[in-house]
Formats: sequence, C-alpha cells, structure tokens
Amino acid sequence: MSDNDKQMDSSRRDFLARAGATAGAAAVAPGVFLTAPAVAKPADQPVSSEQRWGLLVDTTRCADGCSACVSACEQYNGWGPGDAEKHSRPDQKAHWIRKVTVKEKATGHVTSLPIMCQHCETPPCADVCPTGASFKRADGIVLVDKHICIGCRYCMMACPYKARSFVHEDLEDQKPWAPRGKGTVEACTLCVDRVDAGEQPACVEACDRDGHKALLFGDLYDENSEISKQLREHGGKEIRADLGLNTGVRYRGI
Amino acid sequence: MKLATNYREIEGKSTGFWVLLGGLGLLALLGVGAAFYMEHNGHWVTGMSNQIVWGMPHVFAIFLIVAASGILNPASIGTVFGKTIYKPLGRLSALLAISLLLGGLMVLVLDLGHPDRLIIAMTHYNFKSIFAWNIILYNGFLAVTAIYIWMMMERRMNKYYRPAGFVAFVWRLVLTTGTGSIFGFLVARQAYDMALLAPMFVIMSFSYGLAVFILVLMAAYNWTGRPLGNAVLFRLKNLLGVFIASVLYFVTVYHLTNLYATEHHGVERFILMDGGIYTGLFWIVQILLGSLLPLAMVYHPTIGKSRAAIATACALVIIGGIAQLYVLIIGGQAYPLVLFPGAEVSSAFFDGQVNSYSPTIWEITLGLGGVAVALLVVTIGVRVLRFLPETLEDAVVDPHATAGSD
Repeated sequence: MSDNDKQMDSSRRDFLARAGATAGAAAVAPGVFLTAPAVAKPADQPVSSEQRWGLLVDTTRCADGCSACVSACEQYNGWGPGDAEKHSRPDQKAHWIRKVTVKEKATGHVTSLPIMCQHCETPPCADVCPTGASFKRADGIVLVDKHICIGCRYCMMACPYKARSFVHEDLEDQKPWAPRGKGTVEACTLCVDRVDAGEQPACVEACDRDGHKALLFGDLYDENSEISKQLREHGGKEIRADLGLNTGVRYRGI
Repeated sequence: MKLATNYREIEGKSTGFWVLLGGLGLLALLGVGAAFYMEHNGHWVTGMSNQIVWGMPHVFAIFLIVAASGILNPASIGTVFGKTIYKPLGRLSALLAISLLLGGLMVLVLDLGHPDRLIIAMTHYNFKSIFAWNIILYNGFLAVTAIYIWMMMERRMNKYYRPAGFVAFVWRLVLTTGTGSIFGFLVARQAYDMALLAPMFVIMSFSYGLAVFILVLMAAYNWTGRPLGNAVLFRLKNLLGVFIASVLYFVTVYHLTNLYATEHHGVERFILMDGGIYTGLFWIVQILLGSLLPLAMVYHPTIGKSRAAIATACALVIIGGIAQLYVLIIGGQAYPLVLFPGAEVSSAFFDGQVNSYSPTIWEITLGLGGVAVALLVVTIGVRVLRFLPETLEDAVVDPHATAGSD
C-alpha cells in the first residue's frame, strides 16, 4: 500500500468515523455521546504487515511478588484459578502467562519477569504444526486456529519458551472473545481482540494500573511509537536470542 | 539345485490359533476403549501434562513405527541386494512392515487431542512441518509396501517386484529419517536438536525391526510345526548383532557430542547420572540388558546357537528399545527447558524443575492395543494369504550353506 493510499484510507476512515459518531449521537438521546476507539482497525479490513505488534518488558520495574499481569490475563481470557479446569492437575492446567524468578548463579542477582508467547517472527510452533493451525498473523501476532488444531502437541515440543498449553478437559463458561477447547493447544494471543479494537493487552493495562509500568505495548515498525523509541534508546533483549527467532516480546534488564 | 519356495496359508484351525486371535482381539478392543475413555474425559486422566506433553502412547507408537521400517530389511536384503537366502522371507517382512505401521499409527492418532479431526490432518498440510511430511511418508509407505507384496505374490507381476522392492527400500529410509527428524528438528530442547537423530533412528529401526521379525518368524514356524532351519535363523541373529552394535555406536556418538558441548552438560548429567528412573533405564535396561547382553548372547559360540537364547536376545532388544525411546522421549522432556543459561529459575509453572511423569493404565493399554492390532493384522494376514513358506529348512533355503555360517 503506497503512502498516498494510506492517506486516502485514513481520511476516509476519519470521515466515516465522524459520520458514524454524528449519526450515533443523533440517534441516541441528545447529550449522550458515544466514542469510538481512535486507532481501531476497521473490522472489514485485513490485518496489515505494515505493523508488527510487540511488547517491551522492563524487568527493572517488574516487582517481585506482583502478578497483576497474570491475574488480569486469567480474568480477561478465562483461564487459571476459579476457571473450569476442575480435574486437571497443576502441571496440566493452562498458563498463558507466568511470572518467573531468575537468579544468576554467578552473581546472585535476582530478576522477576513475566513470560508469555514471545510472538516470534519465525515461530517454531508454526513451523512444526502439521495442519497450519499454528500461524502468525500479518501483524506478527502468533495464534492457534482452534478449528484445525488436531491436538498433536508438536508445537509444545517445539516452543522454546513453554508458552503453550494443552486443554486437558471440557470447559464451561468461556469468554466469547477467547474461545478455548478440550484437546486443542492455546497460548497468549496478545489480547488480539483488544488490539484489533485499538486497545492494549489486559496484562499491560493491569501493570499500568498498579503503577509499575513495566509493560509497554506498541507497533515495532512505527519508529515514532513509544515502544520503538524505548527500544532504540535502551535496547531490548530476546530470551534465547541464540535461536535467532526475532521475538516480538523484548526485555530490558536481563 | 535350489528348490522353488512354496508359500501356503497357515491352517488356522487349532485352539491355539483362536486363543491367539481372541487374545489379540481383546487387547486391541481394550486399547480402543482406553483411547475412548481418554478422549471422552480429556487428557487429564493420563500422566501427560503441559510439561510432559508426549508420553507412553508416543513411546509405543514410535517404537512400532520405527520397527515397521526396519522390519522390511529381510525383504530389502533379498530384493535389493539379491541375497538368495533372504528371498523367502520377503513376503512376511513386508506384511509385518504394514501391520506394525498400522498399529503405531493407530496409537498416535488415538492419542491426539482431536482424533475426530483426522480428516483435517489428511487435507491441511503445512509443508514446512516434518510431521506433515511424515503423514505423507506413512501413508505412502503403506501403499508402496502393499504394491511390493502384490508384485511378490502375483506371478504375472513378478518381473516388477525388484523395482517395487527398491522403491520400498528407499521410501522407508526416508520415512525413518523423517521420524528421527521429528526430534532432530526440535531446536529448543537440550536432548534433541541434533542431525544425528535421523540416522540413529534408521539404525534403531534395523535393530528393533529385526528383533521383532525373528521373534514372529520363530513363533510362526514353531506354532505351525513348519521347519525353520539354522541357516536362516543364524544368519538373522548374526545380522541382529551387527545392528545392536551399530545402535550402541550411534548412542555413544550422541552422548559424546553432547558431553563435549558445555551447554549440554546439564541434560547429559541428568540422563547419565542424576536422572533417577531415566538414568536407571538408560544404563540397566537400554545399555546392559537391551544391548550388551543380547550382543554377547547372539555372538556367543554356544549360547548363540540356542533357539531359546536367540529368542531371549530378541525380546531383550525390544525391551531395550522401548527403554531407549522412553529415555529419549520422556527423559528429554523431563529435563527442563533452559531459558536463562547460568541461572536458577522458578515459577508457578514448574520452570527450572525436573518434570515428573507416571503413565496411567489408559496410556499403557492404548499402547498395548497398538501392539495387539499389529500382531492381529499379521495373524490374519498369514491365515488368509500365502505369506509363509511351507518350509525354511536348510536344504531348501540354501543347500550349500552349512548351519551356523553367516
């Protein structure tokens, strides 16, 4: 898509948004104003590879003992304690995101950080998936198509980060935006539904709310985005950088 | 002059035959029942977890699939390499290849989270996945070997059986390379990520396959009262010795390579020294009982000529092979992923911990069900079609050979 197209596109989008807002405001009782998210991708347009969504984890801000990001993910996506995985043993329960404490043996330095799907540019899970159920969206988000996942778990063998979980039993009361299914594999979706609606992932929001601001979400390809600026200024490392996966999740202070 | 080989169906009227058939049928049904139970409830009823994602069913399935490839050796040696003494064994060898593969695939498929989506696995292919390639290789192997059998059996097609045998020979080498690469291509795990696994699986297939072949051959000829001469049997057991030694060689190179690289010291220490059950299985079952002991038995000047000893050696190779796959597949997962080299890690998701696994009765029954299906197909096969030569006595298979020669 050329820049010209992009400009036309955005002006049309603005026009439609304003027209919609005006019509909405007119339709609803006067005095009530409904706002639409500013940067949402219109639902009828495909995901673009001109964006690459990423996360920057600042481990110097990530508090040991705090697991607000984990709780927020559990609550929003409907997994974890209190959820319907009633029969599964602890080692069988799903974990989309977890807090890991890392203690360097040589120095004794302790770091606390969250680990979730690292949304690799070349995801090993998608490479090994026999049916193509594991895939990467054009904007870099790695997902599982639950309709064609046969539950072979080869992706779990291949993932270097243990980011994926297999659902070991029937589930009830799922969140409509995060469908899960017995016999299929799942992982962090980077809250893809929220991203598509122009919002931040639930973990980022929770970390901000608690005042740590250790998680920063944004477009890695937009050089003016906050995440790009931070990465340019301070750098950001990959976990297991030796594998050359070019992860979308980067860490400071590891 | 060498006599023509006459093949004949087994009679299959004895009580023993029906007991065998009934027993295998029952075990196969139990296996399917166990799979149904696992699928109905979900995998929480198994010992598998989000830490040990592949368990006992995979040990059985991969043993059967790997052995299925190697069990074609007697046929290949006769057809491709023109060794006359092996030619009468070709039909049984190819039948066993098909039946073991069917048994293994049954276990693999029934352990899936969604075995009901088998049609998706057959219609959606990601060609970068070695798993997807394997689906094609397995199905192709069944077809290629069936054609090979047809050409060996059908007089009018006899002239084509050599090219068919050659295709089957190459195909199964590729197939087992694919099976080994399922693990070899796993870059993230310390115990895998090694090109050596592909050829190692090929040589493992030779050893496991031949051990199963000799046992089935001895049982079939013993139970049907057909003569099985020493010329064939000793040739096979000597070959088994070569294969056992070759597997040992590959296992040695595998561990030496890992031991040389500092980054793999942790996993090597785990398997070879501190791994508890895995260390015990490796040294005692895989190496001592499953390799060194049968190697000594088959080459021993007197013991090596005893049929009971030959059968025992084959059984030991099979037990050792299952132990080897258990150590590789489950031990390889029990050792934690290394995310931060040089650091101690901990989390609520078992990071940095050795993962525990104890198989449940459902997984073991499913695995045994696959073995039963494989043997059931063979038993029915030799009952209804002419797979077995009427005799394999020395004077018929190789009049010039002296018993005990190789």
